[in-house]
Formats: sequence, structure tokens, C-alpha cells
Amino acid sequence: MKDTIKKLVEAWGPSGFEHHVRALIQEEIAGLADEMRTDPVGNLICRMGSGGVKIMIAAHMDEIGLMLTYQDDRGFFRFSNLGGLRPDTLLGNRVRFENGAIGVIGREGRFWPDGVPALDTFYVDLHDGNDGSAGVQVGDAAGFHRPLEERGNRLIAKSFDDRIGCAIAIETMRRLHNGRSTPHEVYFVFTVQEEVGLRGARPAAFGLAPDLGIAIDITSSGDTPRAMERMDVALGKGTAIKVQDAGLIVPPAVKKLMIARAEEAGIPYQLELLQAGSTDAAGISISGAGAPSGCISIPTRYVHTVSETIDMRDVTASVDLLVEILAKPVAL
Amino acid sequence: MTDWAGLADEFQTDALGNFIGLKRGSAEAEPRRKIMLAAHMDEVGMLVRQIDGAFLRVRDLWGVDGRVMLAQPVLVHGKEALPGVVAATPPHVLPADQRNAYPDVDDLVIDVGLSAEELTRLVQIGDPVTVDVPLLTLQGNRVAGKAMDDRACVAAITVCLEALQKRQHLWDVLAVATVQEEVGHRGARTAAHHLHPDIAIALDVTFAKQPGVGDGEGAFALGSGPALSLGPNFHPKLYEKLQETAKRLEMSINIDPIPGRSGTDAWDIQVARSGVPTALIGIPLRNMHSPVEMVDLDDIKRAGRLLAEFISSLEDDFLTTIAWDDPLAEETDQEGKGSARC
Amino acid sequence: MLIKELSEAMGVSGAEDEVRAIILKAIKGHVEDIRIDPLGNILAVKRGRHPQENPLRVLVAAHMDEVGFMVTGIEGDGTLRVGAVGGFDDRILPGLRVVVGKSKTPAVIDWKPIHLNQDDHMVKLDHLRLDIGVNSREEANGKAKLGDVATFDTVYTEKGRVARGKAFDDRIGCAILIELVRGEPFPFDLHVAFTVQEEVGLRGAQVAAQAIQPDVAFILETTTANDVPPPRRDPEAPQVTPATELGKGPALTLIDRSVIVDRRLLNHLRDTAIAEGIPFQYRRTSAGGTDAGAVYVANAGVPSAVVSTPCRYIHGPAALCNLDDVDNVLKLMRAALERFTPAVLAR
Repeated sequence: MKDTIKKLVEAWGPSGFEHHVRALIQEEIAGLADEMRTDPVGNLICRMGSGGVKIMIAAHMDEIGLMLTYQDDRGFFRFSNLGGLRPDTLLGNRVRFENGAIGVIGREGRFWPDGVPALDTFYVDLHDGNDGSAGVQVGDAAGFHRPLEERGNRLIAKSFDDRIGCAIAIETMRRLHNGRSTPHEVYFVFTVQEEVGLRGARPAAFGLAPDLGIAIDITSSGDTPRAMERMDVALGKGTAIKVQDAGLIVPPAVKKLMIARAEEAGIPYQLELLQAGSTDAAGISISGAGAPSGCISIPTRYVHTVSETIDMRDVTASVDLLVEILAKPVAL
Repeated sequence: MTDWAGLADEFQTDALGNFIGLKRGSAEAEPRRKIMLAAHMDEVGMLVRQIDGAFLRVRDLWGVDGRVMLAQPVLVHGKEALPGVVAATPPHVLPADQRNAYPDVDDLVIDVGLSAEELTRLVQIGDPVTVDVPLLTLQGNRVAGKAMDDRACVAAITVCLEALQKRQHLWDVLAVATVQEEVGHRGARTAAHHLHPDIAIALDVTFAKQPGVGDGEGAFALGSGPALSLGPNFHPKLYEKLQETAKRLEMSINIDPIPGRSGTDAWDIQVARSGVPTALIGIPLRNMHSPVEMVDLDDIKRAGRLLAEFISSLEDDFLTTIAWDDPLAEETDQEGKGSARC
Repeated sequence: MLIKELSEAMGVSGAEDEVRAIILKAIKGHVEDIRIDPLGNILAVKRGRHPQENPLRVLVAAHMDEVGFMVTGIEGDGTLRVGAVGGFDDRILPGLRVVVGKSKTPAVIDWKPIHLNQDDHMVKLDHLRLDIGVNSREEANGKAKLGDVATFDTVYTEKGRVARGKAFDDRIGCAILIELVRGEPFPFDLHVAFTVQEEVGLRGAQVAAQAIQPDVAFILETTTANDVPPPRRDPEAPQVTPATELGKGPALTLIDRSVIVDRRLLNHLRDTAIAEGIPFQYRRTSAGGTDAGAVYVANAGVPSAVVSTPCRYIHGPAALCNLDDVDNVLKLMRAALERFTPAVLAR
């Protein structure tokens, strides 16, 4: 599974430009799905199984990034954010464009002002020393640029949000194809544009009208010094079953189902309450006539930085839990 | 929803948990026109965020005012309902800077008097916590308690359904006790999509005059009757029809202009499907989002009566009477090919 | 084009009646299936030359509403309390002239004379009052009531290619859409929507998209041109992004708070402009949102794009635009629609 994870996190796919990630996923899951299609806004929808309950699994393909909107008369580019950028981590970061060009984020001024620096005080430097910009122009998008690293059980990379969710979905599809099976009609939806407002999951759910929605996404953790999120979730303690976040209150029946499956199979789990942040599950829950929805979350340190850190044991627990849920009956 | 038992023909609970009672109309031609009434069942509250030894830490599930919580009696809905208190450290032992400051909801500590092991056995992260206060009957027709926002309006719908037991109405009535209004009117949104009503009336509480809250805040006196809202969230002709109904009943009502988002279920109902003509009836309430929300029972009864009278007056062609003005229609009446509007 | 009539009409979000009437009269006979939906949107279809060959449902939309005010209270002394409908800069309020209600009662915003008030702090709308000239609440009866809307009191003027007026956002979009509708048919059926309540949350567009269920959508907007010198001329001061510039042609949105414009549609618009020799620019800010935000996530998803006329001082009483830009937006949209085929959406 680590190979798949590495390929996915290092792939280029900021919100609105997920086509490379979609192609990569299509290769990884070749032959696994009964049916596969791409919908009008670019979601990749893969069906496995039929009968039973109609379940939509969502993992988003997009990563946070930026889009160049303006080039000044000295050749520096200003940009718009794609998704939530942390202004305290931008300066000096490298961003990669679709053509491979690497830009560096710079900032006006020497000292931090009071409060959060505004996005329009940053710029992207793409000067190539030859009066050019390495073939990059206004309108081009970029993601951050970092390779995956390992440290014992810990993995460090950019875009675990949500390429780890995609990897978990892919691994689940493999397990369901190669051993277990599902009695349900399961749609694995690799969504677009989650980071800019769940803009892929909402129409996808409308089109599918599922009976149950489960997103696979990262969540924060409360196990670092004076953690921003005061939550009882820690790395290495198992898959996190979401109870509530800013966009979703998981119905007790869904929460109970997930806890039951985890306990039956001896899968380590924790319960998650997230104050700031939401996932595709929120979009699924209120789409059309609505659907009870939950989320399997991977505890993550340093969310939305280039060094998101997760524990591989939480990842395998998440795969195990998703397989258990899909392989067994669902009664809400 | 035992309140509504016997008052409707069929009940269902939808995907998000909205509770829907259908009271069929008497019009013969099917499908019958449908009016949706919506009031939300949910109240502001908290969730257990962390078990801290023998105590609990909580998270605000939107709208809880941390400043009213100190020393309040609460119920923790774990495996059993556990009575507890929001711990208030005695001021004598507080450092000076904390003595004059209200705590954040995130800083509150809930004490149910159990030991740490008993607590972990009975309570789980995510368990809801609500204030534990009985309904107080005050002077006049006033009552105070928690969750008047928006159970007072659910009660108004009950009054309406009771009145309709003795009256004819052509339209089907879909009474909906919605969920998750306080976190973004999520229930109303899916219910309106699912039920696809022809018109909808939402009911929610609105600010009542009290010390510090007056005309400037758009507040109405308790007991001064329900409020009818107007603004972009509301169909202007549906609003006029409700005004006419109030006049017919010789009921004085308040006018509540809302220039933008109404912050109620009406906001999401209006944009369901191909659009729903929507109105909002408000019941004045003091001390919103506190354990002592106060309403006048007469306002609840009036709102219920207004609804019942309006519903009984709905004819089959009501939608044509609230159609938008259409200059083409006057011109093309002869050709019979004006625009369709509703 | 009907810009003058449209600009001067009163059409604050939720009360677009006057604008709706003008548009209905203008498109009559050029479209079929005209419907006014429960929110007040005008929906219609312009039949195509051979729709069977191109069954895609194409939507073009512009919004009828403008920002303005709503009367929320009448003081004892007859002055009116108002709330904002939609967003605008509170700094334009001192000394503002508006008209109130269907009868267009003239009113001014009272402002404490400079001799008595040297305070520089911005005064917010809820501390200001509209004055229609009466002395008491009773006298105000009949002239203004709760819920009345008020708009900027501006007469449209044109000189050469410069136009000045209110509500260019988005009456110019509406005027262009009317011309598209009144022109020659396109190869395919064109679904049009004149939407309501964009300024208070893209409300009309959401419902229009849910009803029409388009496969693709183009939104005609009027957008901010910030090609004005910054308050202090300092070469080292942070750059002011012009967003768009007058005279440089239609502005194509790349991204804003509500939508990431579908790249296939953006490329089609750009390629069309280049092929037809129409000047164009990119909208160089990502602030703001448009009806495209609501349409994009409607139903099972609708790839969308936004084409705008650049305009200075939008959301105020006196906006300024260049009529050549308006003509070029019309030219670009006509050409882009004429050349539009399902192949544009191929992946």
C-alpha cells in the first residue's frame, strides 16, 4: 500500500485541476470496479457490487494550492488560494506547476505585522534569469512540492489531505475484489474540489442519491503541545470515527454502526470531535433529500502544511474498518 | 412526537431525522396541493469533548452562550441521563483576572459527581449535554424554560393541527419538526427537497423587547402577537395573503422586515427544487439561547390560529392568486399564450 | 441596448418587479416557454436552428437585482431606519440620495455638518437615517412603510463611449442577454435565465439551475475595474491589482470565492476571442462571487464560466463603464455560443 500512497501524495492535483490524480487512480484500480465513469464536474465514480444498501464512499483528489491571477511589471506573480492556505507557512515554500516549473513563495516586508499576514502580501517568484517565467502564466495553478518521508510508523508528506483517503479507498477496493466481497451497491467516488467548498461531493451525492454516505478524510489531532484543536484524538491510537465537525453531526445510528464493526473485528478506534473543518460527508448529508453520513478519519498533525504527519497503524485500521462496514450488512 | 399523535393521518421520519406528519386535505383531484409547515425540534446544546478524570469537557454545538452556563444544572445524555452541574469555581479562590470574566464554552467543566471509572463506563465522547431546567410558569400568560427556541413554534403547529381537526381544508398539510436548524437549517433543506411542497411557512422565534433590546434591534413586545416577515427570503404576495388572514381574524400582528438572510429554516426551504413561495411567522422571545427563554402563550396560540385559518382558506387555485405581476399576461390574454408564473 | 431603462429601474434583491417587466416586454416574441418561477426568475428558451444535433442544455444567465436598502423602522421624528440589502461600502453613505418604495419617494441620508462634527471614524448604516422631509411618524405614513426598498437616485447618462449610472451590476449583463435573445438563433436551444437575488446569496440562480438542469452555463456579469490610482502615489507601496481595466474588453473569470471556472469553457472563450479578434482580459482578482457559484454545484454538477463587463465603482450610486467593452462582451458571447459544440466539454 505504501507505493500507492507515495504515488498519490506526490502527484500534482490542486483544486479544480485533478485530472492527473484521476488518471493515476484509474490506473491503480483498473479491473477492480464493475463500472466507472467521470461526471460533469470531474468526480470519478466507481461502482462495486449491487443490491443491499446504496453507499457512497468519498475521498477527495484535490489538494490545497494556488492559482496565479496577476503578473506585475517586474514579473512577480500574485495568486489566489485554492483551499485553505496557512499564511504562517507560505514564505519560502516551493510550489510546482503542471509543466514541472518550481516557484518560490516570497513575501513583502521584513517583519511580521500584527495579526495574520494577508494573502496579497505574498507573491510567487518564477524568474528564470532569462526574462522568462519558465513557461508559466496567469491562470496556471500549483500545488506544494515535497517528497514523502518515513520515520518508523510515521509518514510525512504534503497532501495526506486527502490522498491518504484515496489510498484507503483504493486499498479497500482491492480487498473487496480479492477476498472479501460486498453485499451492497457501493460507489467509490474520488471527488474534486473538496477544499474549496465540497463542490464535487455535493453534486455527486445529488446524482447518486445514496442511502448512506461515508467520507474518508484526515482530521486533526490533540496530541501536540498546546494543540490548536482541544480534542481527544492521538496518532497511533487507531482509526478515528467522526462524531461531529463544523459541517456535520454524524447520526447516532451511523456512529453506532461504525463502533460496532470496529469492536467486532478488534480494530483500534477513537472518537473524533473537530471544531474547525469539514469533509465531503457534510456535503453528502444535505444533498437532495439528504442521507445519513459519517466519516472515517485519519488523525494528522500539521494539517495543511507540507509536512502532514500520520501513523501507518491508523491507516491500516481505517482500511480494516471500511472493509468491515462494506462487507457486512448495514441496518440503520 | 406524542403531541401530534391523532392529529395527522400518517407520520414518517426522513433521512436526516425530520419528523413529518401528513394531514390530508379534502380536495378530490390528485395530486393535491401541499403546504409545508416547519418548526425546528433541535435546541442549542453541547457535546462531550473529553473525559478529564472525574469531570467532562464540552464543545458548543453552536449558539450556546458560555456566559449563562456557570452553575447551571445540566443533563449528560450518556448510557443513562446523568444529572450534573456546570462547575463554578468559588470567586474567593479565583485569580483576579478570572473573577470578572465569563468562561468560554471550551473552558467549562461538567460535574456529575461520579468517579473517573464510573464516568468512562457511562459517558462517551460525543454524548449530548443539555441544560436541566423545568418549565417555569410566570405571571400573566408567560412561561420560561430551555428550548423555547424553537419548541414554542412546534407547539404553535400543534395548536394549528388541533384547530384543523374541526375544519375543512382542501390542501394537504405537511407538518415538519425539522432537525439541525441551529447548525445551519440542514433538516429544512433536505425536507423541502424531499417533500416538494407548493408553499411553505416556517415558524421560528424572534427577539422580544427586554432591557437592552428594543426597536433598534427589531424586537417586539411579548404578547403583541406573532410577527410576519418580509424581505427577499419571503414571497411578497404570500406575505400579503397572511396579512389578509390576520385582518380577517382581527388579529394584530407585527411586521418584521428582514433585508437579507433570515437565519431560519425559511432560508433553505425557499430554494428547494424549482423554488418554493415561503413565509415566516415569528414568535417573540426573551433571553434567546439561554435556559430562561420566555414566551407569551397567547402568541403561540395566535400563531397556531393564524395558520389554521390560512390553511382552511386555501383554494385549489391559490397559487395563481400569488403569481408575480406579468405585463405579458395582460397583453396576450386573447392569444392565451402569456407566460406561466407562480 | 436597453441599458438606460434597465439602469434606472428599481430592482433591489427580492423586489425586482420593475426590471422584470422591462425584460419580459423586450424578449417577448423572441423566446418560448417564458416562465416566472416562485422566486421571480424569468426562465425561457430560445429555439435553435437544429437542436437535435446538439442536445446539450446550454444556459446563459444574468441577474436582475441590485444592492440597495430596506426600511426596517420609522423613528418618531419621521426619519427612516434602513438595513442593507446586499453588500456595499458604508463610506459612500454620507450625503447619499435615494428613492424609497414603489412611489419612488425621494430621500437623503442626513449627515452631521462638518462644522459640528470632525470625527473621522466611519459611521455604519445602522447609525444613519433616511430623511424624506416629514416631521413625524404619522406624516411618514403613506410615503414610506416597513419593508419598502430604496435604491440609489441616479439618472443614467452617456457621453461618447462612456456611460454613467447605477446598477450596471448586473443590468448591463441583462441588456447583453436581451440582445443575445433578440438576435439570430444559435445551432442549439438556448436556455436563458434572468435571475433574482444574486446579491443576497446567489439565490435565484440556484433555483433556476435546479429547474432547467443545464449541462453547461455561462454567466454574464459586470465586475469591478480597479484601474484607478491608489490613494497615495508611492512606488514601493503594495501593488494595487487592477482586477480588470476599462477599454480592455470582456473580462474572463479564472477563479473567485464561488467558483473555479471550468478550464474547458475558459479555453473555448479565450480561443473564440483570439479567433474573432475580440480584445479580452482575465479578471485578476479572486474576490467576490457570482451566480456561477450556485449553478456549478447544482443538481449533478454544471461546468460554468463567467464573462464580465469591466466597470468602475460598482455597488455605488455612480458606476462608470466603457460601451465598447459592452459591445465586445456581446460579440464574444455570440461567437462563443455559435461555435459551441459538445466537443468543447471532451476530457
